[in-house]
Amino acid sequence: MKAGSNLEKMLSAGHFAVTGELGPPQGNNAEEVRHKAGFLKGIVESVNITDNQTAVVRMASWAACKILIDEGLEPNYQMVCRDRNRLALMADILGATALGIKNVLCLSGDHQRFGSHPESKNVYDLDSVQLLAAFKKMRDEKKFLNDKDLDGSPEIFIGAASNPFADPFEFRVTRLAKKIAAGADFVQTQCIYNMDKFRLFMKQAVDRGLHEKCYILAGVTPMKSVGMAKYMAKFVPGMDVPESVVKRLQSVDKKQQAAEGIKMAIEQIEEFKQMDGVAGVHVMAIEWEHRAKEIIEGAGLLPRPVVD
Amino acid sequence: MIVGDSKPLEEILSMIEGRDKVLVLGCRGCVTVCNVGGEKEVGILASALRISRKKAGLPPTVEEMTLERQCDPEYVEELADVAEKYDAIVSIACGVGPQFVAERFRDVAVFPGINTTFIGGALEHGVWAERCQSCGNCLVHNFGGLCPIARCSKSLMNGPCGGSASGNCEISPEVPCVWDQIVQKMSAMGRLQELEQVWPNKNWLTARDGGPRKRVREDLKQ
Repeated sequence: MKAGSNLEKMLSAGHFAVTGELGPPQGNNAEEVRHKAGFLKGIVESVNITDNQTAVVRMASWAACKILIDEGLEPNYQMVCRDRNRLALMADILGATALGIKNVLCLSGDHQRFGSHPESKNVYDLDSVQLLAAFKKMRDEKKFLNDKDLDGSPEIFIGAASNPFADPFEFRVTRLAKKIAAGADFVQTQCIYNMDKFRLFMKQAVDRGLHEKCYILAGVTPMKSVGMAKYMAKFVPGMDVPESVVKRLQSVDKKQQAAEGIKMAIEQIEEFKQMDGVAGVHVMAIEWEHRAKEIIEGAGLLPRPVVD
Repeated sequence: MIVGDSKPLEEILSMIEGRDKVLVLGCRGCVTVCNVGGEKEVGILASALRISRKKAGLPPTVEEMTLERQCDPEYVEELADVAEKYDAIVSIACGVGPQFVAERFRDVAVFPGINTTFIGGALEHGVWAERCQSCGNCLVHNFGGLCPIARCSKSLMNGPCGGSASGNCEISPEVPCVWDQIVQKMSAMGRLQELEQVWPNKNWLTARDGGPRKRVREDLKQ
């Protein structure tokens, strides 16, 4: 065991893992975090807490993680390279592990240009691949990036993100391999809508044996409406929403679109459960935490197994 | 070369407000090449200032001068006999120019007439693009001759990130994703395998992060 998190235990026991996601508020309302967390309690192994997602200032991820721990949930601390240099990243992982955080997800971070403070200066001292290597070094060698010993042992289950739908497609699996080589223990993918492309991506990953070196969790975000599908297709960089997804949502009555979106997510998860190399699913019900249970339960993944 | 953009005329007028005798000072270096601060642009800016100030009933005295380079004390010295005559010197060299002039002539008010934007080159007539961030440790040969530090919006050494779409950067469809270009180029050269390696943390000491930089060449010093 690298960190002994619930997520790590579940994956290493061979169970099909489920993770969720929670975006902290644009303020310091701890009650809102607790409220959203309540919907995810008991239905996922761990909950990703986003870090200034889409470059919009929010309650610090580590703080929201601590609130989750106090509520009896396991957080997955997302960290982006956009907002802090290597000193702050290392300091934060020491603080996070001291608070009992056992999972981290290392990301480059969305560029701030379309966030809440586009005039800000970005950092990018490290990139996400280098961040993975930094945390692996701190955990396994108990050393800082300067090779000096650190006091203690920041035991952390290290995660990376992978977007199979970004370009150039032929390099996506290579980049995943680089992240694994750098230190990723698990990987969560971008929201998947183009199943054909994802099947191809997984085949390439499996051919390279990446699924044996790292747990790959497939990303699922239910569509709430035709409007959301069209927005994601058009405006979210690196998102691949095939026309067939939009058409299927359009085929039902407007009031039924959300239910149809959930149904589609469940069908996807059913396929992921059977897909070679997929170790679990990452359910990102963005601002829809209260519907996560419906999806996970619908996919036959409740109750969650108990592991020691 | 160093590329710049003219400041809006209103901004320059406002900077020199209340100052009677003005000198517009050009430079025959980079800013001449990128058509923003050479002799021709000195003439254009000086005329525009004269017209505007005359219209506003202000003293229209705006004189013109262009130095070989403003980043060299030897040439800045050419101002020695005239600098004190002016109430304002508007330098339209890169950011080095106004500083060298201000350092040499302590009692003269110096104003920047252009914004220095980047180190780059001309893609075509009238179009320039950034190519270098002067990080102090050039690595472009590893990336097919393309610099990920200056040209990736996130300076990723292990790109491309998940925002690369159809050859463009996530910040804008107008900005090419340099990592897409790196992958294509290395692939075409049969060197894609080289991009499999994980590039370690960059040492930014040689960049501006190590503090303001200075080079001393003992072989050239007198």
